[in-house]
Amino acid sequence: MATTVHEPPKSDRLPGRNGSGHNLIPAEGDLRAIQDRSPEPARTGIWIGLATITMSFAAFTSALIVRQGSAADWQHITLPRVLYFNTLVLLASSVTLEVSRRRISTYMRGMASDAVRPVSWLYATVFLGMVFVAGQYAAWVRLKSEGLYLPTSPTSSFFYVLTAAHALHVLGGLGGLANVIQKLSRSVATLRRSTLDATSYYWHFMGILWLYLLLLLWLKF
Amino acid sequence: MHDIPAPAAQHHTPPQGFIRKHIFSVDHKVIGKQYYGLALVAVFTGMGLSWLMRFHLVWPNKAIYGLQWLSKIGAPGGVITPEYYLSLMTMHGTLMVFFVLTNAPFAAFGNYFLPIQIGAEDMAFPRFNMMSFWITFLAFVVLISAFFVPGGPPISGWTSYAPLSAVGPDSGPGEGLGQTLWAVSIAIFCVASLLGALNFIATTLDLRAKGMTLMRMPLSTWAWFITSCIALLAFAVLLPATLLLILDRVAGTSFFIPSNLMVGDRLQPHSGGSPLLWQHLFWFFGHPEVYIAILPSMGIISHILITSMRRPLLSHKAIIYSMLSIAFLSYMVWGHHMFVSGMNPFSSLMFSFPTLLITIPSTILTLIWLGSLYGSKLHITSATLFALGFVSMFVSGGVTGFFLAQPSIDIYLHATYFVVGHFHMVMGVASLFGVFAGTYFWFPKMTGRMMSETLGKLHFWLTFVGTYCIFMPFHYLGLAGNVRRYSTFVNDFMGPLMPVHKFITIAALLTGASQFIFLYNLIHSRFRGKPAPQNPWNATSLEWTMPSPPPWDNFGGKHPVVYHDPYQYGVEGSTGDYVMQDSPEQIKSVRDEKTLT
Amino acid sequence: MAAPTSGEKRGTMGKLFAVIVVLIAIASAVPILMHKWVPPADISTHGPTIDEQMSDTMAEAGLSFLAAQFLLAFFVWKFSGVPATAKIRTFPGGATAMVAAAVILVGTEVLALGILGQRAWATVYFTAPAANAVQVQTQAGQFAFYFRYPGPDGKFGPLHPDKIDEGNQNFFGLDPDNDPDSKDDIVTAELAIPVNREVHLLMHAKDVNHSFYVRELRIQQDFVPGLDLSLHFTANKTGRYEILCTQLCGLGHYNMKGYLTVLSQEDFDTWLKQKASEQ
Repeated sequence: MATTVHEPPKSDRLPGRNGSGHNLIPAEGDLRAIQDRSPEPARTGIWIGLATITMSFAAFTSALIVRQGSAADWQHITLPRVLYFNTLVLLASSVTLEVSRRRISTYMRGMASDAVRPVSWLYATVFLGMVFVAGQYAAWVRLKSEGLYLPTSPTSSFFYVLTAAHALHVLGGLGGLANVIQKLSRSVATLRRSTLDATSYYWHFMGILWLYLLLLLWLKF
Repeated sequence: MHDIPAPAAQHHTPPQGFIRKHIFSVDHKVIGKQYYGLALVAVFTGMGLSWLMRFHLVWPNKAIYGLQWLSKIGAPGGVITPEYYLSLMTMHGTLMVFFVLTNAPFAAFGNYFLPIQIGAEDMAFPRFNMMSFWITFLAFVVLISAFFVPGGPPISGWTSYAPLSAVGPDSGPGEGLGQTLWAVSIAIFCVASLLGALNFIATTLDLRAKGMTLMRMPLSTWAWFITSCIALLAFAVLLPATLLLILDRVAGTSFFIPSNLMVGDRLQPHSGGSPLLWQHLFWFFGHPEVYIAILPSMGIISHILITSMRRPLLSHKAIIYSMLSIAFLSYMVWGHHMFVSGMNPFSSLMFSFPTLLITIPSTILTLIWLGSLYGSKLHITSATLFALGFVSMFVSGGVTGFFLAQPSIDIYLHATYFVVGHFHMVMGVASLFGVFAGTYFWFPKMTGRMMSETLGKLHFWLTFVGTYCIFMPFHYLGLAGNVRRYSTFVNDFMGPLMPVHKFITIAALLTGASQFIFLYNLIHSRFRGKPAPQNPWNATSLEWTMPSPPPWDNFGGKHPVVYHDPYQYGVEGSTGDYVMQDSPEQIKSVRDEKTLT
Repeated sequence: MAAPTSGEKRGTMGKLFAVIVVLIAIASAVPILMHKWVPPADISTHGPTIDEQMSDTMAEAGLSFLAAQFLLAFFVWKFSGVPATAKIRTFPGGATAMVAAAVILVGTEVLALGILGQRAWATVYFTAPAANAVQVQTQAGQFAFYFRYPGPDGKFGPLHPDKIDEGNQNFFGLDPDNDPDSKDDIVTAELAIPVNREVHLLMHAKDVNHSFYVRELRIQQDFVPGLDLSLHFTANKTGRYEILCTQLCGLGHYNMKGYLTVLSQEDFDTWLKQKASEQ
C-alpha cells in the first residue's frame, strides 16, 4: 500500500548488520541461520547524545557548587512562580508525546482503526514545548524586573545559564519533533520507528533534565 | 512497497556534481580526507609558528624579514615583541593540540577507515558527519581570524588560565577580541568533536558486518572507538567551560574572576569567582584530550606493526584492555597538571596515585609491542619505520611522565622545559609518527598510488633523529630549572644553557624543513605515484579487500561477511602467509582461532 | 607485493634502525650520567628528600628507558631481513610474561617509589609553620614581586587594592593613616630571610595567576587571585638566589623575577632595620 509506513524491509540488500556473538559465521558459510539482532543506529545514537548532554550539565553543576563555595556572595533568589507552571507544561508535553508515539507505532504496524495519520498529538506536543520556552522567557523577564540580570550575582548568573542551556536544547528537541511531523505528513511517509523513538526519548529527557535543574535551583537558590 | 533508505546509506545513489562529491559530501572517505587536509594546513602553520618562536628565543633582537606584514604591532620591523611571542605560542599550542592531534589520527583516519574496517557502507549518521567537518572548519577559520584582529591572538597559552584570559584587554595585548575569538573557536570545535564522537560510537556498535564481532575488529578500529568514548565525555565538559569563560569576558559574570583584582591599573568589576574552577574544568577535559591524541596512533601503529611483522601481537585482548584501562584512568588524573596550583595538597596526592597507575597499562602495551617483535619476520617499509619510531618515542616520552607524576618532584620540574619535553615527545612526536605511519600505509588504498619509499625512508631518518635532537635536550634544560613560556631568557643561570637552545633551534629548523620532503612525496605521489595494487602489504583487514581507491559505496553494494580474527598472519593462506578476514577458507596451521587471546 | 630487494632481504633498514636507536639512547643518557645539566645545589632543609627522590626516579626511569630502547634495537636487528621460510616464534611466556612483568616489576616499583616519595611533599605541605617562623608576605603582580614584613607589632595591615600607587611606592595598597597595623609594615623589593630559621611566606596575587619558584630552595607554588596561600621553608645556606615567576601572567612574564637573599641572623636584623628606616 503506497500510503502505509513500513519498517525497512529485512533483506540482504541492506547493509551493515552487525555480528554480535550470535552471528558468528561458520567456515562453511551457511548464512541461513543468521538472525539480525542489530539496533537501528538512531536508537544507539540517542543514548550517546543524552550521555553527552548529561555530562555537560554535570559540568555546570560542579561549576555551580564550586562557585558557591568560593566566595560569600551567593544570594538567595526567589524562583519566579511561572517556573512551576512551565514544569507542568513540559510534563504535559511528555504525556502528549507518549500518546502520539504509541498511536503512530500502531499506525505504522498497519493496525490502526482508521487511515488518518495521528499527527495531532504531535502538534500538541510542539505547542506545549513552545509554551514552555515562552514561559522560561517570562521567568527571565520577571527576574529582570527585580533587577536580577546575568552578571548581578552568581546565583542569577547560574539561573540564566542553566535555564538558557536547557531551553536551547528544548528548541533542538522542537526541531526534532518538526522533523518527525514533516516525515509523517508527506504523501508517502518516510518516518522510521527508530527516528520517532529517538526523538521521543530526547524530549522526555528534556523533561527529566528540567526536573533535575528545578530541584537544583530550589535546593541551591 | 516504499523504499525506505537504509540506516547508514542514506545516499543509496552515487553523489552527483563536484560540490556533492568533493565539498559537501556525506561520504566518510571524502570527509576523512577533508579532515586530513585541514590537519595538514594546521600542522604546517603550527610548525611555522614554532620556527618563529625558536628563532626568537635564540636571536631575540634579529628581525625576521616579512613578519611585520603579518603584524605591524606584534613584530615591528620584523622583531617579535614579548607579547607577540606569547601569541604565537598560544596559537601554536591550540592549532597543534586541537586541529592536528585531534583531527589527523582520530577524525581523518578514523572517518576514512573505521566504517571500512568493520564492513559498513558509511557512518551511522552521514549528514552529521559532514556537519562535523564543516563545523571544525568554521572553528579553524574563527581561530585563525584572531591573527588579524586588533590586539592580535591571545597570550594566555592554549590552556588559557583565568583570570588572565577572563578579564579582557586589561591583562595584556591580545586579551581583547583575540581571546574571545579563541574561546568561541574552541566552543565550536567542541560541538564538532561531539558530533564526530557520536558517529564513531554508533557506527561501531551498530553497523558491523556479519561475523564482525567486537573482538574481531582491528586494533586501529578499537583505538578509534575507545577514543571517541573519551572524547564524548571530555568535550562535553570543555564546552560549558568555554561558554562560562566567554560570559566572564563579555557579559560581566564572575565565574572565574575573584574580587579586588587590580589589573592594568584598573580595579576589575568582578567578584567572587574561582580561578581554580577554570583549571579544574579545563584539565578535566585536558587530560583525556592528550589520550585522545595518542590512542588512535597506538591503534594505527599496532595495526601496521602486525602487518610488517607477519604475525599477530602476543595478545590482542591485552592491547584492548590496556587501552580501555588507560581511557578509564585518564578521567581520574587531571589534577596532576595542578599539583602546585594552590589546590588542596591532599588532592595532589590523590591525583598522583592513578597517574602512577597508568604506567602499568602503558608498560603492558610497550612490552607487548616489543615482545611481539621477537620471533617475527619484520619486513620494513616507511610505515614500519614510523611505527617502530613510535615505540621508541613513546618510551622516551613516557618515562619522563614518571617524574612528573610525583608531586614532590613536580615541585621542582613544574613549568620547566622538562614538562615541555615530555608532552612534545608523546604528543608532538609519537602521536604524529602514528599519523605518518598511517599515511604511508594507507595512501595506496586512499589514492590508488604508491608513495615513494625512498623519500619516505629519508623523511623518517631525518625526522626521527631530528625530533630526538630537538626534544631530548628539553629535559636537560628542565633539570637545570629553565622555565617555560618565557619569550626571552634573562635569568642569571641561563647563560650556559643558551648553546643548548641554539642547538635545538637549528635542529628544529632542519627537521621542520624535512617535512617538506613528506609534503612533496604526498603531492607528487598523488598524481605521479606508481599505481597501487589492491593489497600492497599483503594485509588481512577489510580495507584491503576493496579496490584502491574504494568506490563511493565501499563494498560495491555487496556486504562483506567476516570469518576470521583480524590478524591471521603466519598461517598457510591461499594467497600467502596470511588469510583475509572475509575469506571463507579455513585456517590450516597449528595455531587455531581460539589462540588469539 | 614487489619482490624484496637484496637490502630488504638482509634487513639493512632494520639494522640501521637498531644502530641509530642505540646511539640515540646512549647519547641521551650521557649528559645525565655526566651530571652535565642538573638542579643547582640545594639550600633547603626539605630539599635533600626531593633530590633523593629525583635520583631514585632517574635511576628507575633511566634503566627502563635504556632497557626498552636496547630491547627494541636488538629485536629489530635480529628479526628484520629474516628469510621467508623462517618460522614465527613466540616470546617465551607470551603475553602473560609481559603483563606479569609490567604489573610486578614496573608496577610495584613505580608505586613504591611514588608512594614513598610523598614524604617530601608532606614535609612541605602537610606540616604547619612553626610558631616562631619569620613572617613575610609576598605580592605578585604584573610583573614584579614585592615583599612585606609585619614590623615590631607582628601584624600585617589590611590591603586596599584601590590605594595601590606604584609611583609613590605603595605597592601593596596600604593605608597607614587609617590602619594602625600598617604603620610599621616594611615593604621591600627584595626578599631577605635569616638562615636556619623557618620562614612563613604568605602569598597574595594582585591581578592574575603567578608563581613563586626558587630553584635552590626546591620550592614552587602558584599565587591564585582570591586565595590565601602560603609556603613555609627553612634555608640552610646563605647567599643570593633568583626568584622566578613560573605561571604565565602576561607579556612581562619572562622578566618577572626577584631575589632571595639568605643572611645570617645578625645581617638580617641589620637589613630589616635599614629597610624600616627607608619606609
